[in-house]
Amino acid sequence: MTEIALFGAIEIGLVYALVAIGVYLSFRILDFPDLTVDGSFPLGAAVCAVLLIAGVNPWLASLAAALAGAAAGLVTATLNVRFKILHLLASILTMIALFSVNLRVMGRPNVALLMQDTVLTPFYGLGIPDHIVRPLVVGVIVAVVVLLLARFLSSEFGLAMRATGVNARMARAQGVNTDAHVYAGIALSNALTGLAGALFAQTNGFADVTTGIGTIVVGLAAVIVGETVLPARALALALVGCVAGSILYRLAVQLALSADSIGLQASDLNLVTAVLVAVALILPRLKAKASRSVSRSPSAAK
Amino acid sequence: MIVVEDIHVTFGRGTPLEKHALRGVDLTIPEGEFVTVIGSNGAGKSTFLGSLAGDVLAEQGRISIDGTDVTRWDTPRRAGLVARVFQDPMAGSCAALTIEENMALAAARGRRRGLGLALGSDRRRNFRDRIAALGLGLENRLHDRMGLLSGGQRQAVSLLMATLAGSKILLLDEHTAALDPATADFVLELTRRIVRDNRLTTLMVTHSMRQALDYGDRTLMLHEGRVVLDVAGDERAGLDVPHLLALFAKQRGGVEISDDSLLIG
Ligand SMILES: Nc1ncnc2c1ncn2[C@@H]1O[C@H](COP(=O)(O)OP(=O)(O)OP(=O)(O)O)[C@@H](O)[C@H]1O
Ligand SMILES: [Mg+2]
Repeated sequence: MTEIALFGAIEIGLVYALVAIGVYLSFRILDFPDLTVDGSFPLGAAVCAVLLIAGVNPWLASLAAALAGAAAGLVTATLNVRFKILHLLASILTMIALFSVNLRVMGRPNVALLMQDTVLTPFYGLGIPDHIVRPLVVGVIVAVVVLLLARFLSSEFGLAMRATGVNARMARAQGVNTDAHVYAGIALSNALTGLAGALFAQTNGFADVTTGIGTIVVGLAAVIVGETVLPARALALALVGCVAGSILYRLAVQLALSADSIGLQASDLNLVTAVLVAVALILPRLKAKASRSVSRSPSAAK
Repeated sequence: MIVVEDIHVTFGRGTPLEKHALRGVDLTIPEGEFVTVIGSNGAGKSTFLGSLAGDVLAEQGRISIDGTDVTRWDTPRRAGLVARVFQDPMAGSCAALTIEENMALAAARGRRRGLGLALGSDRRRNFRDRIAALGLGLENRLHDRMGLLSGGQRQAVSLLMATLAGSKILLLDEHTAALDPATADFVLELTRRIVRDNRLTTLMVTHSMRQALDYGDRTLMLHEGRVVLDVAGDERAGLDVPHLLALFAKQRGGVEISDDSLLIG
């Protein structure tokens, strides 16, 4: 792997770390399988790109992308909480709708950012090679997000959100308005994904409606890899695990693609990811089965 | 004080499985009274407690707590007034959260939850003192996940959690039913102590006639969604388990039940 490819993998891993953290929020903390991210990621990219072209400050454009993501999350949460549509289906509906919305936002399937200033622009002139500046800046943003989120989740509001996902009945008996916490959590999850989309557009120089496909699986893969390498109960560590998982996942992908002997192409990525996630989901079950049959065999021998 | 006026609850209205679970319950429970509730399976005991807590809304009638009409309030809104311990030790706490996090959740019951830290050092110290008073040695395990505790320990912590936010009403729905006899006795004694020390207005559902008479100041029997027996004071003091069994049998249509293991305390 070349140095450029290595830093490229770290950079994209850091961008998707925000998706992983969002997925951790919805899937793990709220126990709400939310596929909206497949739509909110390109939505963030689209909103950010269009605003940059219109000359808006890049930080404001990124904030707007996060807000757009949050709005998408609110739609899914409303469909589920208010109208009792199954969470998976609710999120698929939003995701499908967002495909059209994203086309409307951009006015065409893709937009290139060539001359526009981005959040990275001020850092390019400092004498550090560009391929290192990008992961550095994104890394700082991710670190700030992790710190803020860890603090948020240990607040009274955040604790109530975690209780909502673990035991909603108990949470309600403790006076927690569980509906409000689902709205807030899913909005936050998709805001992070929208922000990831905005960073993707700015680091890669384009926004494209098709970049969203498989976002959820990549996010889940990062969460699962993170949980495997950093099996932590403490929340802050679990968030760090999401980041580490996302980077490791990208490095593994980069390694697989650069090893010519395997013969994988970039277009095989979704297949590889889906297989990885499926295996990761099946493994614990097989392990449990194996340990059960081991513990049963002595008595069977009697 | 709890005032219940002619409340009705029907499940599955308009379906073949329609069930009129509460058929006009009228009751006044003065502040600080400890009421035990008995009745056969399906009598409506859990439904009654649920209607006080807000889990089921009465379609007719009125419920007021300390002078406030709460008939249309949902569970989270009533939580500031009412604390509960469930039958299933898993139901009343969050297994995946730590003991102190569970306590922090309960301590904020009925308050707005903001962005302040859920577990400041003051609060931790307070929790440590409170849980030490249980005498279970849990004060050194505040960082353990709730799921690691035994059923009895979880019920004990749940009882403690019920007192953290200062609500004055405690609802206990067979909260010792899932425990072995010795642990059940421990939890019952703890219940008695906590109710007395905090002067809580308490409703305790039990399947044990013995417990129903031994604990509290007043005993209610529910049958088919109605209160069919309501005794307190001398009348209650004069009652014995066989009397109660006989009354119970009469309500069940005169069928003699002598050896119902559920009923022997
Ligand atoms: N959510 C529900 N939907 C439909 N029917 C219900 C529901 N909850 C309770 N019921 C029915 O209402 C009646 C009263 O039930 P409830 O749980 O209040 O009885 P209980 O006195 O607590 O009985 P047990 O001693 O078995 O706990 C029963 O016939 C029950 O089947
Ligand atoms: Mg019951």
